[in-house]
Amino acid sequence: MSIELTGKRKRVRSRSDAELPKRIFAYLLLLIGSGIFLIPFIWLLSTSLKEPKSIFLDLRWIPDPVRWQNYPDAFKVMPFPLYLLNTCKITFTCLVLQVLSCSIVAYGFARKRFPGRNVLFIVLLSTMMLPAQVTMVPVFKVWSTLGFYDTFVPLIVPAAFGSAFFIFLLRQYFMTIPIEMDEAARIDGANTLQVWWKVLLPQAKPALVAVAIFSFMAHWNDFMGPLIYTTSSGKRTLALALWSFQGQYSTDWHLLMAASTVVMLPLLILFFAAQKYFIQGIVMSGVKG
Amino acid sequence: MEGYLCIAPWLIGFALLTLGPMIFSFIISLTQWDLINSPKFVGLDNYRIIFTDDFRFRQSLKVTALYAAMSVPLGMIGSLCVAMLLNLNMRGMRVFRSIFYLPAILPGVAVTMLWMWILRPQDTGVLNHILGFFGVSPKPWLSDPAWALPSFVIMSLWGIGGGMIIYLSGLQSVPTQLYEAAEIDGAGSWRKFTTITLPMISPTIFFNLVMGIIGSFQVFTASYIMTPNGGPGYSTLFYVLYLYQKAFKYLQMGYASALAWILFAVVLALTLIVFKTSAKWVYYESEVKQ
Repeated sequence: MSIELTGKRKRVRSRSDAELPKRIFAYLLLLIGSGIFLIPFIWLLSTSLKEPKSIFLDLRWIPDPVRWQNYPDAFKVMPFPLYLLNTCKITFTCLVLQVLSCSIVAYGFARKRFPGRNVLFIVLLSTMMLPAQVTMVPVFKVWSTLGFYDTFVPLIVPAAFGSAFFIFLLRQYFMTIPIEMDEAARIDGANTLQVWWKVLLPQAKPALVAVAIFSFMAHWNDFMGPLIYTTSSGKRTLALALWSFQGQYSTDWHLLMAASTVVMLPLLILFFAAQKYFIQGIVMSGVKG
Repeated sequence: MEGYLCIAPWLIGFALLTLGPMIFSFIISLTQWDLINSPKFVGLDNYRIIFTDDFRFRQSLKVTALYAAMSVPLGMIGSLCVAMLLNLNMRGMRVFRSIFYLPAILPGVAVTMLWMWILRPQDTGVLNHILGFFGVSPKPWLSDPAWALPSFVIMSLWGIGGGMIIYLSGLQSVPTQLYEAAEIDGAGSWRKFTTITLPMISPTIFFNLVMGIIGSFQVFTASYIMTPNGGPGYSTLFYVLYLYQKAFKYLQMGYASALAWILFAVVLALTLIVFKTSAKWVYYESEVKQ
């Protein structure tokens, strides 16, 4: 589970000269491939800095002149600070709720013995296969009957109940922490909550950070949730705002691309700041299915 | 008792947000209901109409299956190839890895809009512009029934980074001794790939296949933004898009719920088939070979 993807692996195999052409070929393929993968990004930035006139015919890669004004302009047509605030409210509340709820549930599944535990764990895993659309209509009806339509409540409250995938991930990680640590704390008089908070959580930091990142991504990028549950323009999230912006200003691609860049930016920053944890989390989730 | 308290958050959530709504949703699927007036019981009528008299249901199932049949294998092969290259022990792999992985984590709305711009038809789109360098004539992409679905597949291939990272972790956990032993026995690269790499990473392939199938049957954001009405000739009427339209555009909640249950059945059946066949091709190190 602690696989390092940084290439620090021992160079066991001897590198003979015969492998040199092979390696050059591999490099070449990687260069071409990553070049292709970068093109959309370059095009995004390039368009976001172009002059509005003749935007459809201007196929130059480097804009001339470079128009930085597009970014302030994009903020003028949509109240960016408000949407950023909305998105942050939802994203960070969900993140905290999810990390707490998932870790306590995972703790229960990893450490406690109770009748029906294994059956319940299988039920938990199988809910991952249930398409959200199956429960969409009743859940929508319940939230709107309770008067929470066009509020953030339906987007936030479910996070307090955990998420099957994150619970699974954390439970697997908790299983790797020696149970002697719990027992030692018990002898020192710690109760269940204290063992969870003071023993397991500090030990499981890498897994918790991974869950936090995935949770952040899921809520920052969520589209269907805000689309279904919010209607007034003051309640929009960035993702939803970007979409409605596209509906209104469908020809202002310079502004659309500037706004898209801004919405992508926090994730890019997060990725480069926490690359290690991103990869770790994925490794944890993928190993042996 | 404490165990139940620990898992209480999930248990309550499961009862209130999953199990309850599931039962409710099945009951709704037997009714005609517009959210406002009280539901009218119609028995299995919704299902009967869906299966016998709904062109758009058949079309959306076809579109989604076709998309899955194209994007899942292409994505799996593509991400495995990239992962194999990135698994070589060379300089600069971190940079390459980031470049391939990044598109997979970006917001779907922003990515979709970017691709709408890239996929503009004829001479105004940059993809056509680039293809022009290689002598390929401009394609109409999203505005043509024949090219609209392939456009979605192309876009999905930009996001293979997620699968790629999982393959990479699988590849790195293959013990190097196996390769050394094979080299001593004189095995070539292809031989090593088919007899060591593939069996050793088969659990990862299995994982990516299941996730790929589930994901491709639930495409929504991209289709709703690029072609909210289902595209030219309904050629990109994805299943969940159709379901969404039925529920929130036409307010046919009973019908939409029936569609959701059929989706569940289809995904479940496909997953079970993959699980069933997995005994034949997925190799777990821990299992005892008879």
